Amino acid sequence: MDYLLLQMLNGVQLGLLMFLLAAGLTLTFGIMDLVNLAHGSLYMMGAYFAWTLIGWTDSFVLGALLALPATFLLGIVVEAVVARRLYARDHLDQVLATFGLILFFNELVRVLWGAAGKSIAVPAFLNRTVEILPGVPYPAYRFAIIVVGGAVALLLAWLVARTRIGMLIRAGASNRRMIGALGVNIELLFTLVFGLGAVFAGLAGLMAAPITSVKIGMGDDILILAFVIIVIGGIGSIKGAFVAAMVVGQIDIVGRAFLPDLLKTFLSTSAASSAAPAISQILVYIVMAAVLVWRPTGLFGQRA
Amino acid sequence: MTGWLAFLRTPRGLATALLLLALAALPLLTQAFDQRYLLSIGTRIVIWAIAAVSLNMILGYGGMVSFGHAVFFGIGGYAVGILAHHGITNGWIQWPVGIVAAATWAALVGALSLRTRGLYFIMITLAFAQLVYYVGVGLEAYGADDGLNISRSRFSGLINLRDKASFYWLCLALLCATLWFSGRFANSRFGLVVRGAKSNELRMMALGFPVFRYRLAAFTIAGAFGGLSGILLANEGAYISPAMMSWVKSGDLIVIVVLGGMGTLFGPLFGTIAFFALEESLPPLLDLARKGWGEYWQIVFGPLLVLIALYAKGGIDSLFGRSSDERGHG
Repeated sequence: MDYLLLQMLNGVQLGLLMFLLAAGLTLTFGIMDLVNLAHGSLYMMGAYFAWTLIGWTDSFVLGALLALPATFLLGIVVEAVVARRLYARDHLDQVLATFGLILFFNELVRVLWGAAGKSIAVPAFLNRTVEILPGVPYPAYRFAIIVVGGAVALLLAWLVARTRIGMLIRAGASNRRMIGALGVNIELLFTLVFGLGAVFAGLAGLMAAPITSVKIGMGDDILILAFVIIVIGGIGSIKGAFVAAMVVGQIDIVGRAFLPDLLKTFLSTSAASSAAPAISQILVYIVMAAVLVWRPTGLFGQRA
Repeated sequence: MTGWLAFLRTPRGLATALLLLALAALPLLTQAFDQRYLLSIGTRIVIWAIAAVSLNMILGYGGMVSFGHAVFFGIGGYAVGILAHHGITNGWIQWPVGIVAAATWAALVGALSLRTRGLYFIMITLAFAQLVYYVGVGLEAYGADDGLNISRSRFSGLINLRDKASFYWLCLALLCATLWFSGRFANSRFGLVVRGAKSNELRMMALGFPVFRYRLAAFTIAGAFGGLSGILLANEGAYISPAMMSWVKSGDLIVIVVLGGMGTLFGPLFGTIAFFALEESLPPLLDLARKGWGEYWQIVFGPLLVLIALYAKGGIDSLFGRSSDERGHG
């Protein structure tokens, strides 16, 4: 029972990380109509920035806090140099150009940081366990991810629902031409939203770094999962992205935690351990297919 | 026949004919200059061109942005590999199984994904390709991540696929057959409905065409040809692995089709050659600029793709002007 609880918490933690990534994607698509494959590169760059800055400042928190504005700046540069020219293009051009950006960033990292992966150590003050329930210890760092991720999700919900910029974001998602005509500086809004998405992606990347590792292409596989999440949730819907991220997180973790034992009952140990992660990934895609057969625009998507 | 002669007199026709002649002579040239490596690149170009032509049928002519076309490399390849692994090396069994498996998967994916539009379609085709990719990764019995060395298909007495030149010519013949089919498809009533649905789906539906079914048929046919290219790819390296169908390969195929010229007959062939030429020539060129830079050629290639997406509408094929094909029906 405790084991199940811990694994479900791991699922929440993974889900929150993927939500941070998916939120930026769904915003850029909902508002700027941009398919940004390079969003995963911002996730990777966030982690690499954090690695360097933590090295310089010798402090995890300081390095991580500095990496966020760095990712924001990078996002703004990407927006100004490439993304801005793509908003009015069709999806195929966007896929092609941002695919090119992925290749560029992966290679750039190889030039600047080398091909070998880096690791970020869990900060000392979080390198322990917390008792989430009496007698149930849980790694403090993972718990911190849940707290930070949850707080950012709430912040985003507040930002979109309660602030002036959120109002503009929602207005932009439903009719961008109209809010431009109403005198809103839409270029600035687009740049800000893109930068915001970059910060969330960078935050997810640097928080994931101590658990996984900082390596080239780390954003690519998780980006595809993030796309699956926004497709399940309904493109443009933050609420949908959150619900779908939680579902996908649970499927992934529960699959990894429980499938090997289940499979071992009728497969060899090595076959089971290689098949289990694959099957949990496959389950995610099957859920997506099922949702789309049921609702072709996702759970919370607007009807076409 | 006169149509072909007229085509040959245009710059596009002449260039294409010369290109095909050069491709046909490639094994002789590489033997004369003792450049075996070039023949292996040539074989891969021809195989990838088959896949690109098949993607062009749905992406170029049909406007269906499938981001999972490399999955058919995998399905065709694994059909050959799995059968070979169990001792069935007869090509007359392997190849039809591979093509039917690819077509079946295409029909299934198409039936689900063609209900959606835009980004949803792009992502669903990608997701289904990832699904198959992870099946490949999970198949411990067939090498999982590491892949599997296989023996090549046997067509006893007819052709020996281990002979590099014969295999190359077989691939080239199949490419020509695929191009021929693609040309017939584009100008058939069936193809015109698919192309019409690209420019105005509503109008085609109002005219009474069941657009979904036409698209599904095109998607399935493209899958079958994609499967064929996978079968060839497995035989080329005598090796299969999930990496054959990684999503980057699907991206590469889109790049090739756009680079060559979407919705043109020979564009995918031009695109494949240009893509491989860039991939092979950028590293040495960068090394010339400064020793050691060649390793990082993608730092140039990536921005190049951005520029192609932004400024190169029409691709290589448009360098020859508008095709008669477009004038006739566009």
